[in-house]
Amino acid sequence: MKPEILLAFLGDFRPVWSEELRQRVGRVTGHFVRSESLRIDLGRFYAPEREQYHATLLLAELLRHIPRAGGRIVGITAEDLFIPVLTFVFGQAQLGGPAAVVSTMRLHTEFYGLPTDERLLVDRAVKEVVHELGHGFGLVHCPDRSCVMSSSTYVEDVDLKGEAYCPSCTALLENALAESPLA
Amino acid sequence: MKKPRIMIVDDEHSVRTSLREWFLEDGFDVVTAEDGLDALKKLEQGPFDLMIVDLKMPGMDGISLQRRLREVDPGATIVILTAFASVETAVEALKLGAFDYVTKPVDPDELSHTVRRALERKQLSEENARLREKVTQLSTVSPIIGRSRAMEHVMELVGTVAETDASVVIRGESGTGKELIARAIHAASPRRFFPIVAVNCGAIPETLLESELFGHEKGAFTGAHYRRKGKIELANGGTLFLDEIGEIPAKMQVDLLRVLESHRFTRLGGAQEIESDFRLVCATNRDLEALVREGKFREDLYYRIHVFAIEVPPLRERREDIPILVEHFIEKFCRAMGKAPRVLSDEALELMRGYDWPGNVRELENAIERAMVVGTTGKIRPEDLPLHVEHELARPRDRSLESLESEHIQRVLREEAGNVSQAARVLGIDRGTLYNKIKKYGISAG
Repeated sequence: MKPEILLAFLGDFRPVWSEELRQRVGRVTGHFVRSESLRIDLGRFYAPEREQYHATLLLAELLRHIPRAGGRIVGITAEDLFIPVLTFVFGQAQLGGPAAVVSTMRLHTEFYGLPTDERLLVDRAVKEVVHELGHGFGLVHCPDRSCVMSSSTYVEDVDLKGEAYCPSCTALLENALAESPLA
Repeated sequence: MKKPRIMIVDDEHSVRTSLREWFLEDGFDVVTAEDGLDALKKLEQGPFDLMIVDLKMPGMDGISLQRRLREVDPGATIVILTAFASVETAVEALKLGAFDYVTKPVDPDELSHTVRRALERKQLSEENARLREKVTQLSTVSPIIGRSRAMEHVMELVGTVAETDASVVIRGESGTGKELIARAIHAASPRRFFPIVAVNCGAIPETLLESELFGHEKGAFTGAHYRRKGKIELANGGTLFLDEIGEIPAKMQVDLLRVLESHRFTRLGGAQEIESDFRLVCATNRDLEALVREGKFREDLYYRIHVFAIEVPPLRERREDIPILVEHFIEKFCRAMGKAPRVLSDEALELMRGYDWPGNVRELENAIERAMVVGTTGKIRPEDLPLHVEHELARPRDRSLESLESEHIQRVLREEAGNVSQAARVLGIDRGTLYNKIKKYGISAG
């Protein structure tokens, strides 16, 4: 049986498109996906000198909220995330681990001075969640630019790729799930 | 495909772990080190494709580590990481050979781009080294065929002179393979990755030789519709091979001397001075010293080109090389003509061994090519060889020893342009004995 995925909306963040995100992630991955609000104090992960939130520390906190053995959690926040050496990250996951976090801050068109486009925002969020989940199942970046596992350092890279795994990543994913004691 | 190996050296735990995660997601094999000493220790386990090194660390800083890394692995590709955007340290790191320099916190795209470029450069540099090695292997395979003592000596000289940048004059009769010797020198020299440009000074009319060597600008003379680079310019970085240097006209000798002194020249009809860094190798079958004495070859040019001389022996003085040369040419023509392998009959080999080969290796090659064309069996027989080979070899059976000796002395004297001392040396007798024989047979030495 495929492990359950929990989409955890962090703090007060619960966008109107949360249900659409849950359904689309479920469709793409084939996993049972649940969503809920996780009332944690994000202030603990705030770095005032950078005015951003520490993704690695937040990830460590999410490990405490894994749904049940074998399940996966993806924290979703509206805040901007960073890891110490990089200026920002769209998201972070443990390679082969059960937790991941995604920020929607830089997925908004408004962040780049463009008019609001909620459709695009949801598309981007789906791709980022599916991407970080892939890392959680042990997938690394894929050279196929249309694959959801291709690397994205710009938001344009996110727009260019699809929301599904390519055949090669799908095969690796199925193999990983078959071998994983968590699955 | 093998995962690229990357080492992250940073004293900050959070930087190490976050970069580790980031590169793991990118499919790297990642090793982290908390300081310079730790990095050097981990380097003992094997080389890395890329090292990301923090500049400011306690103990051994990034610059010192970079120096040590260069000693351990001169080909290491290093990207420097620092929180301090100091131009001085960046310049120092780059001077020490770091690939690039990024400032913390770094934009993910910048880091990704830098790493990709660094790996691409490393890959290209390794590929370049492999190709250079391959070229070296291929180009150092001697095209000269011969196992005789005389040819071994020639090849020793080639090996000695190739390493230097000295001008060389290759002397020898027509067809002895002087150009092959020139190419062997070039192939074994540090200039082998650049071209060897050959000019046959005796085969090009005087009016065209100047343009051939120096090139010309558009409109320099009637028919000069385009700018054209000359051979001297084309030889930049490599070797300029001037065959039949003894035939070069007097005016060109002055121009060539000037180029050899400064390595600068102008194209015909041009005003701009052009520099060309080439090594000069010349060849001649003429007696250059005699030409100097006769005033036909400039003495200053003679001394300029005559730094090192190699004498290529005629084939008749290395008859023991004939079987191996024959074997080489048979193989060559079988391949070129798509014919089944052939062997040389004992009778044909005997004939070839006894022949004098005035046209040297070139004549031998032509003889084998002809035999391959006319021969109908898997064996090359005497009748397949060119007629003059047969006749010359057939004749001795019916002749006296004295008539053969007389004819041989006449031939050697002819080849040595009447120089009795040289002829005596070739014949292996002293001058007095040769004078006696000349008198005995009534030969004209002049």
